[in-house]
Amino acid sequence: MKVERPRALAAALGLLGDAAAPLVPLAGGTDLLVHWPVRPDARTRGYLDLQRLDELRGIRWSEDALELGALATYWDVITDSRVGAEFPILVEAARQVGAIQIQSRGTWAGNVANGSPAADGVPVLMAFGAVIVLESRQGRREVPLDAYYSGYREGARREAELIVAIRIPRRAHALQRFVKVGPRRAQAIAKVGLAVARSEEGWRVVAASVAPTVRRCRAVERRLEERGLPGSPEELDDALRADVAPIDDLRSTADYRARVLARVLFDATRKGGA
Amino acid sequence: MERIEGLAKLTGRERYVDDLQVDGALWGMTVRSRAPRGRIREIRFDPAVDWSEIVVVDHRDIPGANEVLLIEPDQPVLAAERVRHVHEPVLLLAHPSREVVRRAAHAIEIEVDPEPPYLDVSVPPRPDQLQRGEDNVFKRLRIEKGDVDTALARAARVVEGEYRTGAQEHVYIETQGMLAWEENGVVFIKGSLQCPYYVHKAAIRALGREPDGVRIVQAATGGGFGGKEEYPSMIALHAALLTLAADRPVKIVYDRGEDMEATTKRHPAIVRHRTGVDADGRLVAQDIDVVMDGGAYVTLSPVVLSRGIIHASGPYRCENVRIHGRVMLTNSPPHGAFRGFGAPQTHFANERHMDVVAAAAGLDPIELRRRNLLLDGDETATGQRIVDGVDRIALLDQAVDLSGWREKEAAHAELARTDPWLRRGMGLACFHHGAGFTGSGEVMLASRLDVAGLPDGRVEVRSANIEMGQGTLTIFTAIAAARLGLAPSEVAIAEADTGRVPNSGPTVASRTAMIVGRLVEEACDDLRLRLGLPADARGEEIRQAVREHARATGEETVGRAEYEPPRGVLWDDATYRGDAYAAYGWGAYVAEVEVDLRTWATRVVDFVAVQDVGTVLHRTLAAGQVQGGVAQGIGWALMEECRWKDGAMQNAQLTNYIVPTSFDLPPIRVHFGETPWPGGPMGAKGLGELPIDGPAPAVVNAVARAIGVAPTEIPLTPERLMDLDRRAEGRHARIA
Ligand SMILES: Cc1cc2nc3c(=O)[nH]c(=O)nc-3n(C[C@H](O)[C@H](O)[C@H](O)COP(=O)(O)OP(=O)(O)OC[C@H]3O[C@@H](n4cnc5c(N)ncnc54)[C@H](O)[C@@H]3O)c2cc1C
Repeated sequence: MKVERPRALAAALGLLGDAAAPLVPLAGGTDLLVHWPVRPDARTRGYLDLQRLDELRGIRWSEDALELGALATYWDVITDSRVGAEFPILVEAARQVGAIQIQSRGTWAGNVANGSPAADGVPVLMAFGAVIVLESRQGRREVPLDAYYSGYREGARREAELIVAIRIPRRAHALQRFVKVGPRRAQAIAKVGLAVARSEEGWRVVAASVAPTVRRCRAVERRLEERGLPGSPEELDDALRADVAPIDDLRSTADYRARVLARVLFDATRKGGA
Repeated sequence: MERIEGLAKLTGRERYVDDLQVDGALWGMTVRSRAPRGRIREIRFDPAVDWSEIVVVDHRDIPGANEVLLIEPDQPVLAAERVRHVHEPVLLLAHPSREVVRRAAHAIEIEVDPEPPYLDVSVPPRPDQLQRGEDNVFKRLRIEKGDVDTALARAARVVEGEYRTGAQEHVYIETQGMLAWEENGVVFIKGSLQCPYYVHKAAIRALGREPDGVRIVQAATGGGFGGKEEYPSMIALHAALLTLAADRPVKIVYDRGEDMEATTKRHPAIVRHRTGVDADGRLVAQDIDVVMDGGAYVTLSPVVLSRGIIHASGPYRCENVRIHGRVMLTNSPPHGAFRGFGAPQTHFANERHMDVVAAAAGLDPIELRRRNLLLDGDETATGQRIVDGVDRIALLDQAVDLSGWREKEAAHAELARTDPWLRRGMGLACFHHGAGFTGSGEVMLASRLDVAGLPDGRVEVRSANIEMGQGTLTIFTAIAAARLGLAPSEVAIAEADTGRVPNSGPTVASRTAMIVGRLVEEACDDLRLRLGLPADARGEEIRQAVREHARATGEETVGRAEYEPPRGVLWDDATYRGDAYAAYGWGAYVAEVEVDLRTWATRVVDFVAVQDVGTVLHRTLAAGQVQGGVAQGIGWALMEECRWKDGAMQNAQLTNYIVPTSFDLPPIRVHFGETPWPGGPMGAKGLGELPIDGPAPAVVNAVARAIGVAPTEIPLTPERLMDLDRRAEGRHARIA
């Protein structure tokens, strides 16, 4: 096992670009290292530890965007009062990730790159129209988060690329909601996740744990734009069926996920409308 | 009094088996079958691995009998020809590097010719699934009293129900582990365990040694809950076999996944009730059928079943009772001891059923119970006359009052009118738990305990009963100090080492404080006698006499005690009649829950736990036992679910086996009635298990009342509750 620990982004990108010696980026390690003891292959591959890349740390504000550096943690967001004021559900979601140990190590970029359909960070980012900034030796490119995933744990990132930042446009929101339905009230993996944001750009509805990827629910958004608030959860069923495809697994059932998603979505939209 | 080992645990100085560094020790690892049932055809070793580096042990290396001896010798230490469950140990490996031995374990393939497994006790086994007798039944037991059929025929009302409870994982914080080494021809085994002499008995059998050829020592143990009652014998034997083969110390420590998959769980159960009541709601007949899933080997199943059926009719008076129980062989890993030991399963069924009976009889659940609770002088199902001075109706009333039941019910009705999604309800359970071994168990155990005077004037309690977080060290210290008038710092507790301490029995069955604690008192009295002191000698007199005796004789003085049953306690194992336990703890628990109809998630918002366990020996420890038991009971009731597939637990990770966190728990308000029991130390009865009996029925009864459903199965996960609620469709589709 080899671990590279560069101090500059350029050096990191150089190392990552060497196809002969592939490296796995390592940020907080809270996804990567979980299965360490039981997965021998995890102990033989090479790692690129990002922790010394100070350029990637922290949160930056500009006039039209909030930018999370690739090493920005949940804790960075929780403790920034401006985030709490402008993007309260970003803080809410961060507070529901694991507990304080994970919140202070886990990164938003790691949550995106890991690509779990049950992620808690991704839905809020997607509801805010976040853009993922990728960089390699060849240069930078940007991918909107709602176009980032192509399949179960498949993302737009190429092996030679790092996520260097997540850019969240600053829009005035009439409504922001985050709902995590887990099997218990803390330290849980979502059985259903939901983020809803309504701005001058319209409704954005994002669901988690109900499809192979975190999913933007465009049919639901259209339904809300065209016909206004639903009168019952069931009125959302048709649109949801077009958007999501929940399954039975160890953690829950397709039936439960579908019904609960409709109910929490119905409730979230109505509360905002009031 | 401070908890003896509290600071060491708090500061991380306590050393568990995984912390014990031994020079030259090897890591041991178990290779398992992966098939639920079949005949081992071939074992293939990947040629890419250098096997000459690795110690490999199979069944042929067992010097004695290939048996993990407990009640029956049916479970092999290592499978020879056939396997009966997916995690059956077949081979053992050892190597200085944990990494190498893990990889080696992955490089072995055990090919099994499959045979049809029997996995579901709700349907009888097919002929090709038979593996024991003609019905796969490990044990059948029955209790009969009065004439049930006639009483049912004459009853004003007969109410039936079927209830199911799932397996439960112990989730002790410290996973299981053992260290073995040989010293001057003696095999030492040290590790995380509840019952040193159970391991000893199994070890001399399988290693083919004399009793003094094996020594079992308990290491600091991070929780047990029954999970370290029988399985540690298996790991101990594995470590011992490897150490004999390698001629080096060997340590085996399970990781969480292996521990959850392979070690025992609470027995799943199906309980059917047919209950007759008269026009006033008094019980006239209880007809109860209990079926438990024992898993692949007998282990402790017969005694779990026994305790289960003895508690199955609850703390109620009924002249006509029939309880039939059977525990079945299935091809899942053996189920075993878990706090409560069969009683939580049958109490869940009975107390849930009491609410169903109450509804059918048009009574509220409190009133139905008030009319039927045992009064002093009444007899239990086994014909045991209860005369212990405890007022069980007063316990119930106290729990109801403390919970604010009546006022809260009004508030809940209001909530249901005004909130679109949230519903609340109150639920109740009355229950009891026998302390100590069942029936003549304690007489057969014949526990012995010593209290020795040390040359420096202190005394040492020598028992095989262990600390696992529940407070044994503190309680024994307190009892001995009080009995002899010494300071707690003048009482030492010997390490539980079978080479040094007599067999005071296993640390199980709520027996340690009550039964063994009493032996501490008796051994203190015997010490005083042997020192030639009068019965009222205390403090300085004892100190001096102990020192002088040591100086004069060059030997320590040892006070001894041996168990004798309280007078008049009689049990007939053939007819299952008589005094099933010397004493019972009694409980009345009330839960308040909130159900969110968006997610069908249940949150317990308040909990009142009232019990009478005799004199409380240590307030903080006792309250901790109750709160821990309630937390564990809430987990079992609402979220802890073993997901099985082909006899294997699918969710053997703490991410997917969900135990409650502190956010999932209500304030747990603990109250003790303290009717002293003369047979126990300072009037104490057993407490450890009682608190796991009440929470599940109280919580589920509360959910039933909150949203008007009739759950019969736990865990009552949101998914299950949604299905129940949808079947009861339409009643609360009201949207604000
Ligand atoms: C106990 C526990 C509780 C948890 N609870 C939650 C929870 O409630 N909700 C939740 O959503 N998640 C949870 N997680 C998962 C995890 O903490 C999060 O997904 C976290 O955001 C991952 O970030 P990290 O920095 O630790 O990622 P790492 O583990 O370091 O990396 C994760 C993946 O992202 C890649 N990666 C990381 N950074 C970059 C980068 N800059 N560029 C390219 N690729 C990168 C890595 O190669 C890896 O594939 C939990 C984990 C644990 C152990």
